[in-house]
Amino acid sequence: MRALGFILRKEFRQILRDKTILAMMFVMPTIQLIILPLAMNFEVKNVNVAVVDHDHSTYSQKLVNKIGSSGYFKFTGAPASYAEALALIGREKADLILEIPSGFERNLVREGSQPLGISVDAINASKAGIGAAYLGQVIADFNARIDMNVKNAAPPASGVIDITFTNWFNPRAEYKYNVVPAVLVLLLTLIGGFMTALNIVREKEIGTIEQINVTPIKKWEFILGKLIPFWVIGMVVFTIGLCVSYLVYGIYPRGNLLLLYLFAVVYLIDLLGFGLLISTYSNSQVQAMFIAFFFMVIFMLMSGFFTSIDSMPHWARIMSELTPVTHFVRVDRMIILKGSGWNEVKQELVYLLCFGVVFNGWAIWNYRKTN
Amino acid sequence: MKQLLVFIRKEFYHVFRDKRTLLIMFGLPVVQIVLFGFALSSEVKNIRIIVADHARDVHTQQIVSKIKASPYFILEEQVWDYNRIETAFKEGKATCALIFPPQFGDDLLGQGRVQVQIITDGSDPNIAKTVVNYLTAMLGEYQQQLNPTARVPYRIVAETRMLYNEEGNGSLNFVPGVMALILMIVCTALTSVSVVKEKEMGTMEVLLVSPFKPVLVLIAKAIPYLLLSLANFTLIILLSVYVLDVEVKGSVPLLFAESTLFIITCLSLGLLISNATSSQQTALLLSLMGMMLPALIFTGFLMPLENMPLPFQVISNIVPARWYYLIVKAVMLKGLGFSYVWKETLVLAGMTVLLLGLALKNFKTRLQ
Repeated sequence: MRALGFILRKEFRQILRDKTILAMMFVMPTIQLIILPLAMNFEVKNVNVAVVDHDHSTYSQKLVNKIGSSGYFKFTGAPASYAEALALIGREKADLILEIPSGFERNLVREGSQPLGISVDAINASKAGIGAAYLGQVIADFNARIDMNVKNAAPPASGVIDITFTNWFNPRAEYKYNVVPAVLVLLLTLIGGFMTALNIVREKEIGTIEQINVTPIKKWEFILGKLIPFWVIGMVVFTIGLCVSYLVYGIYPRGNLLLLYLFAVVYLIDLLGFGLLISTYSNSQVQAMFIAFFFMVIFMLMSGFFTSIDSMPHWARIMSELTPVTHFVRVDRMIILKGSGWNEVKQELVYLLCFGVVFNGWAIWNYRKTN
Repeated sequence: MKQLLVFIRKEFYHVFRDKRTLLIMFGLPVVQIVLFGFALSSEVKNIRIIVADHARDVHTQQIVSKIKASPYFILEEQVWDYNRIETAFKEGKATCALIFPPQFGDDLLGQGRVQVQIITDGSDPNIAKTVVNYLTAMLGEYQQQLNPTARVPYRIVAETRMLYNEEGNGSLNFVPGVMALILMIVCTALTSVSVVKEKEMGTMEVLLVSPFKPVLVLIAKAIPYLLLSLANFTLIILLSVYVLDVEVKGSVPLLFAESTLFIITCLSLGLLISNATSSQQTALLLSLMGMMLPALIFTGFLMPLENMPLPFQVISNIVPARWYYLIVKAVMLKGLGFSYVWKETLVLAGMTVLLLGLALKNFKTRLQ
């Protein structure tokens, strides 16, 4: 036990000595927490439209004005032909081309129907879909308000369904509410996963682990001595993260703070075990970093951080349940945003505890003091 | 020249000896392409919905069966209690609820106006917004069915063409992003570490006192990673063509030339990082964690750049991956020629010269 105290002192001294690493552990998370929620806004707005108006009639003017005033679109350039508009798309200046054919007004009046050409830059399929749908709505609306239609419209046979909607927990549907809790998880993950793995392998690579091996320090003391400092740092970073999200974004846990910390504690133990596991399988820092990076990328992408888990195919959903990150991201959002209580989240704690046992058990089993 | 070749061979030995890192270097793009291609999509599906049907008449039942049949929704349960909705949200069992008032059908036909309420779990705004759109469309359709005569006589029909991507292949957007991300991270991290490792182990001194020119030491370090990155790039292209069905529309030689330029930019950045750091740990953290975030955020492939605050949009200009992303998108996916990307190429080239110049200038031939 006394030995553990000395190891801890040594580890803390080593960590606190390296100012660059220290800065990266405390400053980078804060920067991430401030930058990411500002950057992650998936709203589709400011769709750039290039209008090719071959008609130049009152109607085409009205339509163009209507599109301009809808708020979703910005006009860009004044292409005289479709080819010119296509070049605008090629240069990323426009996302969408609206081509109004000549005789637009005349045909509409005579034939009763007139096609309009919309061409969307569909490389970003979801954005293209939404942009085209917005434009479709504007056109449909314009359609209903054409003078002739207003005059001719038959009174509806049945009533209208009015839709009111409420977004609970986040009335204005702002993305920051979704992102901030997830970034908190990201911070813990980076510290827990990367730092431990790197730290232990460093001793291996430099050869100082041999010196520790010949001392009477026991295996569990060495491992605990490596894990506890990062566990403490992780909790400090998490606390800083919570403060920053309150000060910058006004987001604070609606649920029980102690419950949140309980989960953070267990989650960090999972991740430390994971880092330890990686370190037992790698011989150099580069290896450790790359293996950790490899899994972290998979964990983060599958965790529902960026995309919803429900929308994934079945196999991917199973895979995503098999990572601790997914569970903590879920719980974090539940407690912070919805104020979920013990009964609603206890299931997740069981999962996290299982991960903790598996990762740490596997790592300790695989770790041999003499290597 | 012969000396240089010998040194390059030495570096290759180092690279090939570390099988695990090599495996990950080539495994990373495979996994990312598979995940982005098959698992991740920004489309919202399988929304778990709760229906609180206080009317239980023909109309509400028809609407509910429409929801059941829709691939977008999974009907989780039918409830009559308002509190149950809140619990379901808090448990994460459902993400939205549709509430029909009593006498829905009577009001719809008799009063000519009826309200339904949608409640969404706003903790995922993306789903919340999509739910409202989907349900509005469904209810609108139902209304149309009830009023077939309400169609307007004069119609403007929008004919939408999806340029560059007729089938709506969702992975298209990710391919250039994954390329930029992987090349940037792999090149930068591996180069910087391979130099710093020599420093940390003390073997750099040995290299510096040899008759070999110091600058050539750096060049010998960079060349194996240039070749490996090109191999990696080829792998990503092959994967996206044969696994994701993304075709290369433009000129392949141009794509390779641009990628080589980008790889050299990243290598120079790696060399610069290796100058500034003295331990592998710092170099790795700087180049992996420090590079990952800007590469993810500022290339605009995961998060739309145009929505970001202005300072971010300005910063994004100094991230090389952003320019490369634009080039790959134009050449590979849109099939455009050099005349469309010369500006981006020039920016990348300028960055490369600057970074390489700084790296070579700051390269210390004396350690202490």
